[in-house]
Amino acid sequence: MFLRTIGAGLVAAVALATAAAQAAEVKIGFVTTLTTPAGVIGRDMKDAFELGLEDIGRKMGGLDVNVIYEDDGFKPEIGKQKTDKLVQKDDVDFVAGYIWSHVLLASRKSVLGAGKFLISSNAGPSQLAGKLCHQNFFSTSWQNDQTPMAMGEVLNQRGVKSLYVIAPNYAAGKNMVAGVQRTFKGKIVGKDMTKWPGQLDFSAELAKARAAKPDGVFIFYPGKAGGAFMKQYQQAGLSGQIPLYSVFTVDSISLPKFQKVNLSGVMGSFMTQFWAPDLDTPQSKKFVSGFKKKYGRYPSFYAAQTYDTVFLIKSAVEAVNGDLKNMDGMRAAMAKATFPSVRGPFKYGKNHFPVQNFYLREVVKDADGVWTTAARKVVLKDHVDTYAKDCKM
Amino acid sequence: MTWALLLEQTLNGFQLGVLLFLLAAGLTLVFGIMDLVNLAHGSLYMAGAFFCATFTDWTDSFILGVLLALPATLLLGIVVEMIALRTLYARDHLDQVLATFGIILFFNELARIVWGPEGLVIPLPGWLDGNIEIMADVFYPTFRILIIAVGLLVALGLYVLVAKTRIGMLIRAGASDRDMVGVLGVNVKMLFTLIFGLGAALAGLAGMMAGPIIEVNIGMGEEILILAFVVIVIGGIGSIRGAFVAALIVGLIDTMGRSFLDLLLKTLISGNAAETAAPALSAMLVYILMATVLFFRPQGLFAPRSG
Repeated sequence: MFLRTIGAGLVAAVALATAAAQAAEVKIGFVTTLTTPAGVIGRDMKDAFELGLEDIGRKMGGLDVNVIYEDDGFKPEIGKQKTDKLVQKDDVDFVAGYIWSHVLLASRKSVLGAGKFLISSNAGPSQLAGKLCHQNFFSTSWQNDQTPMAMGEVLNQRGVKSLYVIAPNYAAGKNMVAGVQRTFKGKIVGKDMTKWPGQLDFSAELAKARAAKPDGVFIFYPGKAGGAFMKQYQQAGLSGQIPLYSVFTVDSISLPKFQKVNLSGVMGSFMTQFWAPDLDTPQSKKFVSGFKKKYGRYPSFYAAQTYDTVFLIKSAVEAVNGDLKNMDGMRAAMAKATFPSVRGPFKYGKNHFPVQNFYLREVVKDADGVWTTAARKVVLKDHVDTYAKDCKM
Repeated sequence: MTWALLLEQTLNGFQLGVLLFLLAAGLTLVFGIMDLVNLAHGSLYMAGAFFCATFTDWTDSFILGVLLALPATLLLGIVVEMIALRTLYARDHLDQVLATFGIILFFNELARIVWGPEGLVIPLPGWLDGNIEIMADVFYPTFRILIIAVGLLVALGLYVLVAKTRIGMLIRAGASDRDMVGVLGVNVKMLFTLIFGLGAALAGLAGMMAGPIIEVNIGMGEEILILAFVVIVIGGIGSIRGAFVAALIVGLIDTMGRSFLDLLLKTLISGNAAETAAPALSAMLVYILMATVLFFRPQGLFAPRSG
């Protein structure tokens, strides 16, 4: 009898404890690319997310944080499946991550339709900034067009009159081209949209670019395609002839590889970005030194945006004192953008994309001789993306 | 459009073609003679590239890297054949697809464990890294010329091997009627292992030639394998000559499509529509060609005679 009472008590206690544990945690689903060669980007993001969680003691508003990482395999259909799983089976409170615009577009409905928060740590397709904007969607990155728009301004300032454009043929590639075309005042003398993600040999496109004799070549090749492009550009002897202007192609992931093969053509080359590892904000300094200490390498902009994601979610959970049912309270807190960001203080636009500065970055050697990028000047100040006006919210 | 550009694009097409040939030669032999659908052929291409990157790193010489990576890939091919594929010859194609797909996953994960997810670069020596003026005002990357030369040399070597030697005779006989070859007292098991190793080394060589251009990455084999299958279907399964001709055709069509299709379309439809349609259409061109060949000559352009 006595034993049975104890047994029943134990069962009840365990049941209570589990119930308490379930309530006392914030569940975050994080979708990124962990396999395929693009997995190196996903690794940077995962590392940054883990670093962010460590820095806040894995607690948000008194609740434990439980992260479930999922791999989209660089494919929209798999990204959507994994998102469905996170929303339906794991019942997460936030879904974050997403490198690729086409994966985010495919997964959007699964999260927003279920009434959860969706936070993009990288992809910024025009649709989500404009017609498909949603009150529960937030970005810790940028709208795709903004960075190339800044590059268009740089090209005007540098007196580039004719431009050859090469970019991959998918959602983000089209946005990048549209962005640079919007601000660039010169003439686009040629444009190639290449197969994505399969095509890595750009011999035909490079031959056309050379024959067109432009003042500059503009490219957008994230991940491994960027490395391949830069190498072939140098091998074709174009790096001495035509200046190369890139967005999202030269970053802390590709630079160590360029340095290893001494791809000197990339040194001193320019790109635009919302952030650089040397940006002088308290949060960026803390993040870069913490990341370098823990992982022994420079963080990429993907990592910086992901670090911001942690603090954005934390600001939401703390504003409602851990009451995760209070969606309105969390949404209002996030929309205020009061969390410490690597980019410094900023505001959210009405479509929940950051209104922020874009910088010109240059590839330089740091004090230890490691190749990195440094911010040179502000190109666009407090920039609002073009599609915000289409957002009815 | 100038003649210089046309010449450069023809060379680009040739270069892609010979690269495809190196990959397709082994694939077509294995498919034609052993009747084995080997999806893992791309893994050997990847392995060759990774070996070459590692050996180049150790020896500080790309040439030495290739010379060491070739036997390494050959050996790997033989080991894979003896451990995994030998048991599959008698099974039907679906089992083979399933098993060799498993091998792809295995090798991709193994590469991740050994070399990490970020991929490797193969540094080229200075004399290969630049470009040369092949005609007045036509510059072409030296390394791509080397690829064309290596591809043509291999094609010549394979021709001699297949047409003039005893092993070649057995290979041809195997492609026509492998049961009869076995009945006539040839050690078919040995022959298969040998052919597989040869195919592996050629795939590896293709990987070593592609590596310095596109970087060495996990899964690099799957991207090009589909084109290699298109090549062997067009060329006729089991035919080296067919693989060579088809590889050059596919390489040229793919490159020319990427180069000139948008100009061509712009004369027919509006500029904007042409810009959107051209990349999609040029990506489809080789498959349209394959469908056409399959319709008129289901056995491929140069099918080996079978009994």
